[in-house]
Amino acid sequence: MVRLDKRAADAIVWLLLLTAPFWMQWIGGYTELGSRVLVMALAAMSVNFLLGFTGVLSFGHAAYFGLGAYGCAMTIKYLVPSTPLGMVIGIIVGTAGAAIIGALIVHLRGIYFAMVTIAFGQVFYFITFRWNDVTGGDDGLTDWSRMPLDFGFAKLDILHNAEAFYYVILFFFAVALALMALLLRSPFGRTLLAIRENERRARFLGIPVDRHIWLSFVISCAFASLAGTLYALLNNFVDPRALRWDLSGTFVIMAVLGGMRSFWGPLVGAVIFVVLQDYVSSETENWESFIGLFFVLIVLFFPRGVLGMIRRKAAP
Amino acid sequence: MTQLILFNVFNGLIVGAFYALMALGLSLILNLSGVINFAHGGFLAIGGYIAYVLIPFIGFWGALLVAPFLTAFIGLIVERVLIRRLYGRDPLYSLLLTFGLAYIIEDGTRFIWGAQSMPYQVPDWLMQPLSVEYFFLTGYRVFMVLLVGVAVAGLFLILTRTRLGMRIRAGTLDLETVSVLGVNVRLLRNLNFGLGIYLAGLAGVLAAGMLGLQPVIGTSLIMPSFVTIIVGGLGSLPGTLLGGLLIGVASGVTTVFFPSATEAVIYVMMGLVLLVRPRGLLGEEGRF
Amino acid sequence: MTKEGLSGRLDRRTIIKATAAAGLVQIAAPFVITARAAETVKIGLDNPLTGTYAALGKNELNGCQLAIEQINAKGGILGRQAELLVEDSTSGDAGTTVQKARKLIDRDNVNFLIGNINSALAVAMAAVAYEKGVFLIVPGGHTDAVTGTTCHWNVFRICNPTQTEANAVAGTLIKAYGKKWYYITPDYAFGHTLEAGMIKAAATLGGERIGGDLTPLGTTDFSSYLIKAQATKPDVIIFLVQGDDQVNALKQAVQFGLDKRIHLAGAQGELEPLEGLPPEARIGTWVFEWYWNQPHVPHVAEFVAAIKKKTGRVPTARTWFGFSSTWTCALAANGAKSLDAVKMAKFLQGFKLPPEVALMPDGAFFRAGQNQLIGNLYVGHAQAKGSAPDDLFKVTDVVKGAEISGTLEDTGCKMTWPA
Repeated sequence: MVRLDKRAADAIVWLLLLTAPFWMQWIGGYTELGSRVLVMALAAMSVNFLLGFTGVLSFGHAAYFGLGAYGCAMTIKYLVPSTPLGMVIGIIVGTAGAAIIGALIVHLRGIYFAMVTIAFGQVFYFITFRWNDVTGGDDGLTDWSRMPLDFGFAKLDILHNAEAFYYVILFFFAVALALMALLLRSPFGRTLLAIRENERRARFLGIPVDRHIWLSFVISCAFASLAGTLYALLNNFVDPRALRWDLSGTFVIMAVLGGMRSFWGPLVGAVIFVVLQDYVSSETENWESFIGLFFVLIVLFFPRGVLGMIRRKAAP
Repeated sequence: MTQLILFNVFNGLIVGAFYALMALGLSLILNLSGVINFAHGGFLAIGGYIAYVLIPFIGFWGALLVAPFLTAFIGLIVERVLIRRLYGRDPLYSLLLTFGLAYIIEDGTRFIWGAQSMPYQVPDWLMQPLSVEYFFLTGYRVFMVLLVGVAVAGLFLILTRTRLGMRIRAGTLDLETVSVLGVNVRLLRNLNFGLGIYLAGLAGVLAAGMLGLQPVIGTSLIMPSFVTIIVGGLGSLPGTLLGGLLIGVASGVTTVFFPSATEAVIYVMMGLVLLVRPRGLLGEEGRF
Repeated sequence: MTKEGLSGRLDRRTIIKATAAAGLVQIAAPFVITARAAETVKIGLDNPLTGTYAALGKNELNGCQLAIEQINAKGGILGRQAELLVEDSTSGDAGTTVQKARKLIDRDNVNFLIGNINSALAVAMAAVAYEKGVFLIVPGGHTDAVTGTTCHWNVFRICNPTQTEANAVAGTLIKAYGKKWYYITPDYAFGHTLEAGMIKAAATLGGERIGGDLTPLGTTDFSSYLIKAQATKPDVIIFLVQGDDQVNALKQAVQFGLDKRIHLAGAQGELEPLEGLPPEARIGTWVFEWYWNQPHVPHVAEFVAAIKKKTGRVPTARTWFGFSSTWTCALAANGAKSLDAVKMAKFLQGFKLPPEVALMPDGAFFRAGQNQLIGNLYVGHAQAKGSAPDDLFKVTDVVKGAEISGTLEDTGCKMTWPA
């Protein structure tokens, strides 16, 4: 019974996502908003991989998100104007960064780990900010845009066709999700859950905890950098803000808001947060207060997130 | 060249003392309650704005005395109403809460006072340089260093000579036992938070004299405070003080040789410390 | 735990209900918006309302709002009422700026786009506007490229390019104070182009850059840079930093007593930072792009009075930027008798703004082939207080922009029109 519900729920979600460009106009949305939601959801899911499933708090994911974005943009602008190559290089750069930083900080825990991830996020922020000639500094990297995708038999213009690009993003979103689900169901994923539940016991069982956490960190950041490349392509622009700690905080709140321990949680969180922010910032200058208030309310009253609450109600 | 370096070292100590003041408040709260107070910069701004409001009535010295207490009072309320609920839970939640709080404070100050930079009146005689040669040693900056010294001394006295201080120190080491021994831990955390915010408010009053007073005044100071704590060592207040001074001097000296690396150097230092001595220079073993 | 949580859960239920209700209102609201707005001509403003540029953005917004009121009072645009849709681009987040621009164009179907104060965001918006063929006017983003190397047929600009500002003030500084300059430059495109402009303008008069520093945006402590500056013994320290950075730098320079030994100046100056400085720090030679205290120029007094009545403060150059940008949209449409972007853009080539919009002694016009407004610039020095408490700038020299703007070739703008 429960499994059928879950499959049905999954099906409904995918159906909604597939048809989004068509029904969004009716409720005051626009295709680019949907694209942005997907990119943010992917980033939030990558944070959730580490946070919800491994139990490790990283508050600096924007760094790898940003590395992916810059890697992609710089490839298209300086090397080869090819979207797929840009994405590949962006992901490699972000993952490499995570591998190095992860090795440095893997033995830290808790609050200290969080602080250090924030601080390292700032390091990358500074590098992109100051390395003006290459990264464009505070002005960001302009004068490039997403290149049409050449499949050999057909060309897909994703620059002028917003709907086409939405589906491209949805495709990568689906691939990433499938990979994530696969990993979480594997023995590796189960080990991560064990570490989340009780790290000491996992260590006693002979599990190399630090190595698993490092791997989880790297995988999580790889997905974050994929999200980053898509973000850069979506905007045809990338700037240091993509690496700042307040963006990291936004990813975390989306994961928490939707429900940290559930797979779809971050998507729900991203939908609510992005739409809310888009709407509120159009209505009032004081939207920051609302967003801040929103954070506070979620933490105080909905710590399990939307899906967490629904689950609680379903299981007495 | 040597004169330039020397000047920058002196200047760096002054700037570093200021970082230390900010970081000490943050450190106090972190050590006892395990809360990363992202809103610390916001409280700094509140301190500055309260002082701005009070100066026409009670002058600069009056504001200097009163504003940090008022800011601390606001801090006590915030702790009681919001943060207290989160102690038992994952540290993630207090992080997100203070994060949201920072947004609210920034927007709130902008709403009340506007985004425009506010002119801030400091007594004239403080604003003069002490000598033509050492022109960057203005009365105000020297005064600031002295005040930081007084604040640190005061903090030290509170922590070593008063019962509250003793309990805070004990609580930092083992809160459970302290509670079992009959200490009102709730009150302790509350007062500790207030003490930390007092320091933030004081930093705010001082900062507004040096910098322009606008809603974002606190946000640029939060990151150096983090680095100060990491470099100096978690759990150690002398470490925080040392960390602040170190990064202040490092920044200052770097300006002479590699001006573009002025802020980056503090992160490089942080990276080095994490590699070589992860608990920080004066940090305690096994803290995290 | 469940017992204790009961009262907590009751609170939660009420909150859930309240949030759900609020959420429903939010989803329903767009229906309301689309229904009402069918008849108006929409102008989309995508400018900072939060962050570092919030104060400047607010003033630009005030100018835009006054213009809309006046436009509608005079019959609107092509007989229809004009409506201003305001979006916060934030002060630096390009993702948000671009998203809002797309929202205004795709969802709200604006006929005009206005923005951005941040030069980089202005460039990003120009790219989106060009991609979609929408008329864009940049009130206050100064980097040369906008009407220079990356100019587009549909992008117009009110404020001056950085080179023009440099040309306006360089001569005064060399003649009055000397040739050896030390630069304190903010490290982003605007700063770089402004410094390059100043160096070029000064060089033709024998000026020399004896040193300089690039300071990161948001620098709070300029003491180490000022120490370095002083050590080189310059004639003038050129502060190119803006906004809050400018406030911090000047405050500290005065605290160090540097103003008594070295002349302090810069290129672009604005009223907002001067208001944020304590009176003793309101010093230095600057060039303003517009100033409210112009007793002999017609229509200015009415504008100042209208803004004072509406907002309680005098207008700044930013207010005028917003005002003239919005008016330009109306004039373009009414002049071309069409809302087609190409026709409006063609109409504005060489167009001279009417005096009640230009508000400058020699008027202002859009240079054909560049879409750049050329008017007057005001060189002068800051003062603690002048004839009125808001009169913080003493104009010593009104420069004709046309004389110092160089040729079209100099700007590097090569415009292509759609077929």
